[in-house]
Amino acid sequence: MKEIPSPLPGTFYHKPAPDQPPFKANGDAVAPDDTIGLVEVMKTFIEVKAEVAGSFAGYVAQDSSPVQAGDTLAKVE
Amino acid sequence: MPIRSLFIANRGEIAVRIIRAARALGIETIQAHSEADADMLAVRLADRAVCIGPAKAADSYLNIPAVVAAARKAGADAVHPGYGFLAESADFARAVRAAGMAFVGPAAEIIDAMGDKVAARSAAILAGVPVVPGSDGRLDDIERAVEVAAQVGYPVMIKAAAGGGGRGIRVAETEADLRRLAPQARAEAEAAFGDGGIYLERAVRSPRHIEVQILGDGTDAVHCHERECSLQRRRQKVWEEAGATCLSPETRAALCASAVALAKSVGYAGAGTLEYLYEEATDSFFFIEMNTRIQVEHPVTEMTTGIDLIEEMLRIAGGEPLRLRQQDIAATGHAIEVRINAEDPARQFLPFPGRVGALQIPEGDGLRFDHMLYEGYQIPPFYDSLLGKLIVHAPTRAEAIAKMAGALKCLKIDGVKTTIPLHLALAADPQVQAGRFHTQWLEPWLAGGGLTRHQEKEAV
Repeated sequence: MKEIPSPLPGTFYHKPAPDQPPFKANGDAVAPDDTIGLVEVMKTFIEVKAEVAGSFAGYVAQDSSPVQAGDTLAKVE
Repeated sequence: MPIRSLFIANRGEIAVRIIRAARALGIETIQAHSEADADMLAVRLADRAVCIGPAKAADSYLNIPAVVAAARKAGADAVHPGYGFLAESADFARAVRAAGMAFVGPAAEIIDAMGDKVAARSAAILAGVPVVPGSDGRLDDIERAVEVAAQVGYPVMIKAAAGGGGRGIRVAETEADLRRLAPQARAEAEAAFGDGGIYLERAVRSPRHIEVQILGDGTDAVHCHERECSLQRRRQKVWEEAGATCLSPETRAALCASAVALAKSVGYAGAGTLEYLYEEATDSFFFIEMNTRIQVEHPVTEMTTGIDLIEEMLRIAGGEPLRLRQQDIAATGHAIEVRINAEDPARQFLPFPGRVGALQIPEGDGLRFDHMLYEGYQIPPFYDSLLGKLIVHAPTRAEAIAKMAGALKCLKIDGVKTTIPLHLALAADPQVQAGRFHTQWLEPWLAGGGLTRHQEKEAV
């Protein structure tokens, strides 16, 4: 199991926009370059890249929740 | 009725600024804050502080029922909205007044009218203020477009009626251009939006952003001279000046008079700013919009006029008539403000929230630093990146730039990346020193390596 940490403090989002599905669902293939979520920091949205490959094993941080830099956002198997 | 107890419905440096002005008037201060802002500087400085909700601005600083309820419960008799958040919400102004408190700003109807581009444009035309001439509606016929362009004057911009975000804009320099480009624009708009309607607007070339500060009491209005804020990145001002040295005395007088005319014609009460585009080649200015609140860059006006704009806002909201007559408001010397943001200029201005380490703040005559910092402060990531504003005042523009460069070198904010290197590079740039820029100058300068060029030179 690999953990994807938040690169920055901010608010974590699972979805590219409120009316769209999450970037990843459980079981989806994950490549290192894939975006798995967004962190909003000071009104700027930063894409979070997986940096690892495998199968998506779920979000750890909740959608639209505050996160610290280094907090685990999601897991990959 | 004079304000005795003021609720500050904002955060950051402007909350600190409002507390200082209120305190000077002997007004009690009650600071609103979100759960993430419990240890911000304004909370420490205020007489009292009230939590209004979670970190997310939508649930705290933008939550009208929560803010109004907190202000009432705290026993405030007035609410200052600052800038951003609810400062230009007519609904908020209405809710504050309906709850029996004074709103430090104009009437809700005026916020509504001036917040609507079409209504603001109509109000400006009625007051005799020049606006960007255009077709005032869609054109479906080329001959009609040619007629309108002749009235508006070339060059004209051809825009899609259904478009937005600058898509498909073409500039016609002559009638021949227009006859060639208009059908293209129509075809493209038809393909892109399913609507071939176009409209025309006079193209303002290399526009400079000039604005006029006004104060009104609902009956009378005065101006506090102009500012120039042409150095912008992503439509955000980064460096602001008072006055605008590109203007002739005659143009400056006409510009400021037009702002007062509009303020008077709408019965404006409070502090406000009228924004204009200025085209140097033709010495013409065009009203674009009005901001019905205090602005970030208000200190440059305070430095050149000696007026405390926040104090005047509080007095007007407390029911006092204007204390200042136009002939008493003189602007002396030149002032510059730079925005110190928690962003890394070397990494595309990536926001950089962090913990503030050692702090070194320059002091002296004609120097001012409006900020939200203290040593050990953890900057929250949930709000915008403005940490403070460094402001200088000197007899001339050249001296003000030199003073700014000196002050920037003395300003140290350990622990965070800031835009200080950007401002050092701008202060050293020959074009900036010559005042040769416009609203589309800074981004190409950055893309062309303006920042790194300066840093390499400094390193040698």
